[in-house]
Amino acid sequence: MNKTAPIITEEKEYSTLNLGPTHPATHGIFQNVLKMDGEIIMDAEPTIGYIHRAFEKIAEHRPFYQVTTLTDRLNYCSSPINNMGWHMTVEKLLGVEIPKRAEYMRVIIMELSRIADHIVCDTVIAVDTGAMTGFLYLFQWRELIYEIFEEICGARLTTNIGRIGGMERDFSKKAWDKINIFLKDFPAKLKEFEVLVMRNRIFMDRTIGVGGISAERALNYGFTGPNLRATGVDYDVRVMNPYCSYEDFEFTIPLGTQGDTYDRFMVRLEEMWQSISIIKQALKKMPEGSFHADVPDFYLPPKELVYNQMEALIYHFKIVMGETEIPVGEVYHCVEGGNGELGFYLVSDGGRTPYRLHFRRPCFIYYQAYPEMIKGQFLSDAILTMSSMNVIAGELDA
Amino acid sequence: MEKEALLTLVHQQLSEKFKEEIISAEMAKDFPVFTVKKEKIQEIFQFLYETKDLEFTFLTDLCGVHYPNNKSRELGVVYHLHNMQKNYRIRIKTFTSISDTSVPTMTKLFSSANWMERETYDFYGIDFKGHPDLRRILNVDDMVIFPLRKEYPLEDPTREDKNDAMFGR
Amino acid sequence: MSTATVKSNIEITKAPPGIEGPGFFATSIDKVVGMARKNSIWPLPFATSCCGIEFMATMGAHYDLGRFGAERLSFSPRQADLLMVMGTIAKKMGPVLRQVYEQMAEPRWVLSMGACASSGGIFDTYSVLQGIDRIIPVDVYIPGCPPRPEQVLDGILKIQELIQNESIRRRDTDEYKALLAKYNME
Repeated sequence: MNKTAPIITEEKEYSTLNLGPTHPATHGIFQNVLKMDGEIIMDAEPTIGYIHRAFEKIAEHRPFYQVTTLTDRLNYCSSPINNMGWHMTVEKLLGVEIPKRAEYMRVIIMELSRIADHIVCDTVIAVDTGAMTGFLYLFQWRELIYEIFEEICGARLTTNIGRIGGMERDFSKKAWDKINIFLKDFPAKLKEFEVLVMRNRIFMDRTIGVGGISAERALNYGFTGPNLRATGVDYDVRVMNPYCSYEDFEFTIPLGTQGDTYDRFMVRLEEMWQSISIIKQALKKMPEGSFHADVPDFYLPPKELVYNQMEALIYHFKIVMGETEIPVGEVYHCVEGGNGELGFYLVSDGGRTPYRLHFRRPCFIYYQAYPEMIKGQFLSDAILTMSSMNVIAGELDA
Repeated sequence: MEKEALLTLVHQQLSEKFKEEIISAEMAKDFPVFTVKKEKIQEIFQFLYETKDLEFTFLTDLCGVHYPNNKSRELGVVYHLHNMQKNYRIRIKTFTSISDTSVPTMTKLFSSANWMERETYDFYGIDFKGHPDLRRILNVDDMVIFPLRKEYPLEDPTREDKNDAMFGR
Repeated sequence: MSTATVKSNIEITKAPPGIEGPGFFATSIDKVVGMARKNSIWPLPFATSCCGIEFMATMGAHYDLGRFGAERLSFSPRQADLLMVMGTIAKKMGPVLRQVYEQMAEPRWVLSMGACASSGGIFDTYSVLQGIDRIIPVDVYIPGCPPRPEQVLDGILKIQELIQNESIRRRDTDEYKALLAKYNME
């Protein structure tokens, strides 16, 4: 836990260090101007916005099905979770019920992308302490996840998976095989990574007691996700406001005690194990049925029907040209993203595009606490704290 | 608790103390939504924070919205509050006119409101009275307009290489 | 323990054409320098968004950028040869990118990876720079959103071609001076 924060006095001279927007260790472009007393950080002033792409303004000019490509680029380490969250928001607005099979498929994809996101964060924490091996080993397995996404939707990173109303196609046999191979081989490699790093003397000395925050301050700062669970608060959107059939699965929520870097690392590691278990349960209990809801007004019909049937052609035209009726109203839906509660506040005025779309981005909200977390710490601890918070620049600036 | 019951519970408690401040209380899909006047909004939030049975101690989200057609109530601020112990979620909205854009700040109660209010100021120009450091956060510092207001276009108006007619704008 | 010879499918780079004899090898100096430079590029990964993650995958063991000699990433522009701009560059970031480019020592090349760096990508908004070639000269553009690691390797191979065929006095040529003048740099 942090010692009491240092006091800035008039007698001492402090140096200013610019942890500038381009820096190898910041894993993203944001700037911190640090006031230092030797190696100890007295104060920090963050500047963000170096990758502000005005998502919220763009969303007001794109039809609903085109906004999915924007959500891809929010937390780009786990794009499918953002896609699914957006689809569920629109489905809530339209009042569409999704069949169980499509929901289970969505759960598998979301948990795979959660594993991908946590692999990046955990291996990068290890790299920042000097342990490059974990990064090299586990990224091989991240390639397997990318191959699964490629089988399902055609893209590796910015996936645009699923459609409003379900999934665009059923998983092919190859996709099922790849998922099974992943589930068979990955746990052993994750165990190997765990053994290398988890009880490693150097790693523990570098990360325990570093960059801690108490549960009360974390809640006041709006923390959610693994960073909040590391402080001991058991808030997980999948359990508190279950969506997409998460109530059918059994999984535990790992909690930390001190809220320091080691706890954040361990919470993410344990969440990966829980995700593997959820995917196994979903595969075992996979129901039969359709992979999309029967809403021809919002779900594009398959191309063979569009070319052969009049009805399908008309629906296709109406959806693409924006002639379908979208209800007026506002809705807020949140999902458990890789970093916490990713919320979508959608205001619709019946038009083709959203009237107002606001993304509640967890990274943006909890990064405010960074100056408080690093006061009184050494510079190398500040770097570790930043990488353990998993700040993704796309989600920070939107 | 059922959402309509939550709406009545919060409405009852709020009306006892702040009868004149509440403009409307209704359901929007599955969220109780309260529209309040902006003057006493800090007291309302303090009341919601402290009262037993309500205890909305988590500010989920804070954003702005612009309705150019609502004369004298163009700019709005939308707050989402969450009571984690009992899993209550509500939405509170307050509106202000485009000529008088000041709204009291929430930073004393919720530290997370700091950057969210700066973002809302950056996009809509809403001045949060009492904010410790209200300046632009995402856009360049010398920008003079508030880009998310409806009158400004999405594209950069000074670029000359893209033909609007060809791109359907 | 058996002493089986490992069959190696590693190609060593070919020597440039020249006159060979006992104890000496004569060729023109720019061929040798070009060959040396192209097989030991020190890239500066200027990763801003999603393309940065695909670059991390390219650096990983599966697609291995290191086998082209680009194993040592340099985050300091003073020690880098190749500036790889990966991801969206917003107008706020533009001056930073330009400063980084100006700090690089000759010879230097620029690789623009992804649609956002090449032309603004899907973000045609008021806050995004519509292509980095508005502020710095670019040598190779890699399209894609994000480009697959194979496309990135293709781009690196094209950069290697450029490096090999570049004359060693490029900085004195009029063409190069005119190019820099266009961007208001000397």
